[in-house]
Amino acid sequence: MARKTPTGPPPPPPVQRLRLRYTKRGRLRFTSHRDIARAFERALRRAQVPMAYSAGFSPHPKISWVGAAPTGVASEAEYVEISVAERVDLDRLRSALDESLPAGIDITEVVEAPVGSSLPDRIEASHWGIRLPGVGLDAALQAVSAFLSAESVVVERLMKDGKRQMDARAAVVAMSASATDGDRSCATLDVVVRHVTPAVRPDDVLSGLRIVADLVPPVPPEATRYAQGPLTESGGVGDPLAPDRLHADGATRAAADLEQEAAGAPS
Amino acid sequence: MPVESLFPRLEPLLPTVQKPIQYVGGELNSQVKDWDSCDVRWAIMYPDAYEVGLPNQGVMILYEVLNEQPGVLAERTYSVWPDMAAKMRAAGVPQFTVDGHRPVKDFDVLGISFSTELGYTNMLEALDLAGIPLHARDRDESHPIVLAGGHAAFNPEPIAEFLDAAVLGDGEQAVLEMTAVLRQAKLDGVDREQTLLRLARAGGVYVPRFYDTDYLPDGRIARVVPNRPDVPFRVHKRTVMDLDEWPYPKQPLVPLAETVHERMSVEIFRGCTRGCRFCQAGMITRPVRERSLTGIGDMVKAGLDATGYEEVGLLSLSSADHSEIGAVAKGLADRYEGTQTSLSLPSTRVDAFNIDLAQEISRNGRRSGLTFAPEGGSERLRKVINKMVSKDDLVNTVTTAYGAGWRQVKLYFMVGLPTETDEDVLEIAEMARDVIRAGRSITGTRDVRCTVSIGGFVPKPHTPFQWASQLDHETTDRRLKLLRDAINSDRSTAKAIGYRYHDGKPGIVEGLLSRGDRRVGPVIEQVWRDGGKFDGWSEHFSYDRWMAAAEKAGVDVAWYTTREREQSEVLPWDHLDSGLDKEWLWSDWQDALAEQDLDDCRWIPCFDCGVCPQMGTDIQIGPTGKTLLPLTVVKNPLGVA
Repeated sequence: MARKTPTGPPPPPPVQRLRLRYTKRGRLRFTSHRDIARAFERALRRAQVPMAYSAGFSPHPKISWVGAAPTGVASEAEYVEISVAERVDLDRLRSALDESLPAGIDITEVVEAPVGSSLPDRIEASHWGIRLPGVGLDAALQAVSAFLSAESVVVERLMKDGKRQMDARAAVVAMSASATDGDRSCATLDVVVRHVTPAVRPDDVLSGLRIVADLVPPVPPEATRYAQGPLTESGGVGDPLAPDRLHADGATRAAADLEQEAAGAPS
Repeated sequence: MPVESLFPRLEPLLPTVQKPIQYVGGELNSQVKDWDSCDVRWAIMYPDAYEVGLPNQGVMILYEVLNEQPGVLAERTYSVWPDMAAKMRAAGVPQFTVDGHRPVKDFDVLGISFSTELGYTNMLEALDLAGIPLHARDRDESHPIVLAGGHAAFNPEPIAEFLDAAVLGDGEQAVLEMTAVLRQAKLDGVDREQTLLRLARAGGVYVPRFYDTDYLPDGRIARVVPNRPDVPFRVHKRTVMDLDEWPYPKQPLVPLAETVHERMSVEIFRGCTRGCRFCQAGMITRPVRERSLTGIGDMVKAGLDATGYEEVGLLSLSSADHSEIGAVAKGLADRYEGTQTSLSLPSTRVDAFNIDLAQEISRNGRRSGLTFAPEGGSERLRKVINKMVSKDDLVNTVTTAYGAGWRQVKLYFMVGLPTETDEDVLEIAEMARDVIRAGRSITGTRDVRCTVSIGGFVPKPHTPFQWASQLDHETTDRRLKLLRDAINSDRSTAKAIGYRYHDGKPGIVEGLLSRGDRRVGPVIEQVWRDGGKFDGWSEHFSYDRWMAAAEKAGVDVAWYTTREREQSEVLPWDHLDSGLDKEWLWSDWQDALAEQDLDDCRWIPCFDCGVCPQMGTDIQIGPTGKTLLPLTVVKNPLGVA
């Protein structure tokens, strides 16, 4: 590898930072986070998004990922931030990028990030839905109540550096069970899990249910992240882009005020 | 009759296996055509893991060529990993295509592309998972025609009993002509045997069952003859002329899963007449046919637009030999200036390389390492293999690269070449040391490295070395160790030289499969029955399993590998015509032993290798004298209106 400094001008600086909410639906839930990252980079190029790049011999587009649902888990609420070197129209970007990405990775919202704000700081918890085909509602309700009344539920997960133990109970803010679409033979769990380190995933919650109530789903459960964001006072999960949207409204109002002022001012 | 997708049955297995995305399909630019509106349906297999098979250009090209035809459908299938195979067997899910998740068994043709013989056990695994009988003789009208293609198809004899047919050479036109024969055979309602006869008589398709092999008492082949009238004595390879007419893949597949090549590839020419005597690819793909400068430019543009890749590989057997490579590299570098698009030029000859070219290639993007392949350690040995590059040339070229800013260079050699001695191999260490010393001198730093990478030589059919004795694995391993000790013996350079090699055992199995005949088939089957698959992967390969299976089948591995053949011997692939004249191959073999080199027919008069007159082909090279015009670029199409 060459150690010379790169010749030529440095890449143009970012002029706009954007926050994107996207989904991981259907078959696309089997993508890993790395798969998603590669697909995004290529889609950004196909959609001709004027990305800002890092400097150096191996310039990389400026993309930062905010958490990521595990392989095999679907999501309605994933987030990524990108920086562009030329200003773009948010709606045009959303539809062009959505078109470029495989069906199932859908861009559901794009907002502009105000300077100095941090999205990761707003992500405190996730709301998961876990469908349990073959597990009846009664069994699920019993397991949930056993889990919630336990002081702690220590589960084990095999990680790259060996087995790790974690308290699944401590991370769970709320959990309930209901019949899936009125079908009492297939329960769905609603779980709000606080983001802790190491992360407690839907799998770990299920391990906990096995420990406290011997609940073993006969077929692989299907987990979906419905939301991630700030933990609300009522134990729910808020919208992490809400402050940006407010800010944009404010900015729009301010611009409209300025225009009005300009129109009303004597020439 | 509609064929249902297996996906609902596959889906519950996916959360329980490694890298499930490889089984999901839905790659960008892939397609699923309606089953019932097509009358000829191809399943195309690359018999290795998805991450290796997906980027394969041959599969991608045929997939697109076939799917462009109305009424024709092509889907892809790859080897599933052992964890998935176990789950599929337990759940009763058969081998499926990743496009429509349709059962492979329901297609008309299962075409398997063999780049290497080490995929043979994976073919048996896929047939078994698909529910297709392993032996061609046990198949009936309900089963697909199992067809082999790719370089290994130039000697399909070891897998003859598992194949219904093999096709030699370029596939683009061959698959279309076969499709026409199959369509007519279906319309006429003829049986499997008749369909295969029609394919055999149409030319270019080898149907092993229509040929009988007789053996001499000493085990050599007496003759191979057709056992049906009108079946050709020799089956000729196919050659596509005018690559600009075949700009495939136009819409390269872009996977979600990670694969071995994360780039878009454009084949800038096919064939090679450098005449390296060990190189089967260079021998069986003659003559050289270049894609034109503008043809390359169009393909790069269309491919980048369709994929979003940020690297373009300019592929061929020796890419710097394109008659307009300088204009190609400069034209593309100009076109993509400032777009973070990088070019790569794999397979570069030492003597064709120059730093200007390398600078163009790395102008817009990441600067990758440089690889040179002198192949033989000594000047004498390089004459034997006809890879004419002097040690001074190499040291000078590498030194220039270090001077131009590169710090890491890879040197590729082979061990086990005909006539090789310990001294030939030890010269590799000397060359590496000279490279490092010269590099330190020109850069004024100790921060230069080179990696010596060693491959074991395996004699291949249709090359001048097809008669040669393969080196036994014990001697190979001994020489590899001698070389390692020699590199380490000079402490002033040892740490700057990396050394990579594989032991000699897998090469012996590859040698058995490369130059084997029909009697090797039972060995392959036994190995698969004993659990052998993914033989190209060191963690799955078992030499002992192969040797045990050979012993059980009564096959003498040494007879097929380390035995030197005589001129008069009938070789198992003599009835398969690569265009090369056997007399010429023999005389080139004699020239090799006499350490006589031979130049490239692109710059000297024809030396009668036989290919062009036999195949009715001709060299197609530039220069065209054209240039690549700048592209019209729309400035920020997503800008605020």
